[in-house]
Amino acid sequence: MDTLQTFASAKLAAGEVKIVIGYQAGSDATRARPAFVSDTAEAASLIYDDRCRQNLAVYLLKPEVRAAGRAAVVCGPATLRTLLQYAAENRIAADAVVAIAVDADGTVTELADLEAVETHVARQPRGLTPEQQAEIDRIDALPLGERWQWWSRELGRCFKCYACRAACPLCYCSRCITDVNQPQWIPVAADPLGNLEWNVVRAMHLAGRCVDCGSCAEACPQGIRIDLLNRVLAREAVVDFGVAAGVSRRKDYALASFKPDDKEEFIR
Amino acid sequence: MSHECGNGHNLYVPYRMRVAKVTAEAPSVVTFRLEFVDPADAERFDFRAGQFGEYSVYGEGESTFCIASPPTRKGYIECTFRQVGRVTTALADRDEGDIIGFRGPYGNVFPIEQWRGKKLLFIAGGIALPPMRCVIWNCLDLRDQYDDITIIYGARTVADLVYKHELAEWGARPDVTLYTTVDPGGQTADWQGRVGFVPTVLEQAAPAAANTIAIVCGPPIMIKLTMPVLARLGFEPDQIFTTLENRMKCGVGKCGRCNVGPVYVCKDGPVFTMAQLAGLPAEY
Amino acid sequence: MSETRILNRAALGELIAALTAAGQRVLAPVEDDGRVEFREVTDADRLALDYVQTVTSAKAVVFPRFERMLRFAMRGKDVTVEEVPPASPPTVLLGAHPCDAASFATLRAVFTWDSGDAYCEPKLAALTVVGLSCARGDDFCFCTSVGGGPADARGCDILLSALDEKTYRAEILTERGRALVDLAPGAFQPGAGAKPRPVAAILPRFAAAELTEKLPELFGDASVWRQQSLRCLGCGSCAYVCPTCTCFDIQDERSRYDAMRVRTWDACGFGHFTLHASGHNPRGKQSERWRQRVMHKFAYQPARLQVLGCVGCGRCSRSCPVDMNLGEHLERLAATAAGSE
Repeated sequence: MDTLQTFASAKLAAGEVKIVIGYQAGSDATRARPAFVSDTAEAASLIYDDRCRQNLAVYLLKPEVRAAGRAAVVCGPATLRTLLQYAAENRIAADAVVAIAVDADGTVTELADLEAVETHVARQPRGLTPEQQAEIDRIDALPLGERWQWWSRELGRCFKCYACRAACPLCYCSRCITDVNQPQWIPVAADPLGNLEWNVVRAMHLAGRCVDCGSCAEACPQGIRIDLLNRVLAREAVVDFGVAAGVSRRKDYALASFKPDDKEEFIR
Repeated sequence: MSHECGNGHNLYVPYRMRVAKVTAEAPSVVTFRLEFVDPADAERFDFRAGQFGEYSVYGEGESTFCIASPPTRKGYIECTFRQVGRVTTALADRDEGDIIGFRGPYGNVFPIEQWRGKKLLFIAGGIALPPMRCVIWNCLDLRDQYDDITIIYGARTVADLVYKHELAEWGARPDVTLYTTVDPGGQTADWQGRVGFVPTVLEQAAPAAANTIAIVCGPPIMIKLTMPVLARLGFEPDQIFTTLENRMKCGVGKCGRCNVGPVYVCKDGPVFTMAQLAGLPAEY
Repeated sequence: MSETRILNRAALGELIAALTAAGQRVLAPVEDDGRVEFREVTDADRLALDYVQTVTSAKAVVFPRFERMLRFAMRGKDVTVEEVPPASPPTVLLGAHPCDAASFATLRAVFTWDSGDAYCEPKLAALTVVGLSCARGDDFCFCTSVGGGPADARGCDILLSALDEKTYRAEILTERGRALVDLAPGAFQPGAGAKPRPVAAILPRFAAAELTEKLPELFGDASVWRQQSLRCLGCGSCAYVCPTCTCFDIQDERSRYDAMRVRTWDACGFGHFTLHASGHNPRGKQSERWRQRVMHKFAYQPARLQVLGCVGCGRCSRSCPVDMNLGEHLERLAATAAGSE
């Protein structure tokens, strides 16, 4: 923990970054809150533990945060993957960010550029935890009717506050499809059809791009398991196209790449 | 003003209006003349210069514009809009005879009764002439109540000038002084008006501030550059009126969009004096 | 002067059955997948009256998350406009805490300001509130800073306060409350009982009236708003769980032959909320939108509607994905304001 704070403080003191995006203790023992530290004294308040779940990469695209100057970001594994996916999608420049990587065992590593991030990510275990896998298997195994019922019940709670979109680092469209009204692709009402279309369309737009940070489900005030949809689609992207998101800083993720031997005829 | 429309108890039910006349004003700018389908609505309906309404294409939504025709012309209202979004695109698709919705009038008014005996100076730019056209015609229809009337109107190009036939009419009237202008480069070979930005033309025209009310409507940059000129000419902030066009959905102070600080543009506006705006944050 | 009765927990089933039989829809806190929410009940089996706070407020009872307003039937150029009658069945909100009960005054103030609202008003008129004093609160509750309290009776037609594990004292506060008792006379016993159990200790953290007075001075202090809002994601979670947020959108949805005009919740924190068709945005920064949220609730609504736009329920803070904590922010603003004199 000391090293996280020391790293942050040193980067600021050296003028290498203007701002460190990290976490501070939140309102209670279960909460952390994103923090934007710009002077060395404040760096002592940075924390990293199980409470730190919101993916901080989301702030890298916010104009207010960008205006502060070059940033260092406290990164768990998913945030590192986000940086790579951002690079692959031309959201950030190679040297725009310093990653302060915190591994599962608490080791803190400074990753000065995206190449270092890529190397670091490649060394980390990937894939779902057994619990996550079991959860998906359980829903997968449900007969169609029951699976439909399960999702109808989940999505039925959606009231379209768009916290999932706001918390998701990869939902960065300046004009989200749900806000487009010519034509009105997604029904505006938070009714069964509107909710289904919103959540499914969002999941489809993240297929092969989602880095599985879980921020969407964490943010959902209605406790909807949106993350499950994304996980299944991430799996499908790997099965169908052999590519996972957030592993490479190059533009070779499924939706951005073209192969002459694609199995779909329409694209060949 | 507590006018309510529709069937009296549900303000969200629009009046049914027939598109009686469509006039193309400028590229993507259209004027509709609208007549009440139900004569009883026409009878009941009343408004004053400065007020606005929600115009709807059934199935596409509502859009907010001022009423561009004067209350002195009974039996119809007119609106002028630029085709930009979903509703205005659908509106622009309407033909004469089609039915659209209107609810209103909402908002406050230009205090034209208090302007009696005064000189009036109208300054407008581009698509912002419509809110002013209502009050210009209102005052012209009551011409003997006012002293000199001067109109300065500019647009980017000759094609962008709206109400061209009325500009010609105003220009021909001996009791109106009209300056039309287009931005440099926006003139055509046969353009008879001036070339230059509205604030420059205002400076050249140099109307006297004494006993004069100035009404200014235009894009933010025009207003910003016009204010210092008016100040140099001796206009005080409470002599200058404008209208704000914040986004709204309800028009009656409930939907939460149009606040400028504590002020609700839909209820306290859209007409404000510069003295009033000086006391408000720039949330417009 | 209010009358009192005794309501046994064991009689709640009888009460709900009697109200249901009399044509009342009964909404009460119910636990579902670990979350307590107001749901329609027909018996007392699923009641979760020992809750601290529901995730979403009771607002939807009178202001649903989406509501069909008008139906347009289109045949060629011919359009008929039909009002969709507002669904306003007689409803009893049972077991709402005083903060939720108080929220209806704010909702009423907004929806009846100068002009009425044909969709919200009938629902308000059809609503009976049986409040429940709070036995417990948490660190997010700040009702006592905004004029309320864990045993505050405002907005309640009847207020229940626990006398012990098995009994409530029922204070009958309005004619409507009396009418409700008359629908289920058997459920209520005469008497006032002994002293009710102590309610939750919610210590005042600031004085809303002072904050209201000072906020206009703070409006121009950009750093105050920037510092708080930098982490705000601009989602609508706070507004959607809020009992008093009323911002809405009106949009049309069409199919081949007909269309609906629907009203949906909206939020001042959304970037496109005030965006003009021209691309200009009067509140283009998240800090300006956050400021609007605070000013609207604590300065503009008190000035214009004589109500606060907040009842201190703390839901916004519990639901915020980035721990914005409104109560903490207001406490700091109040201190800043006081210090700046």
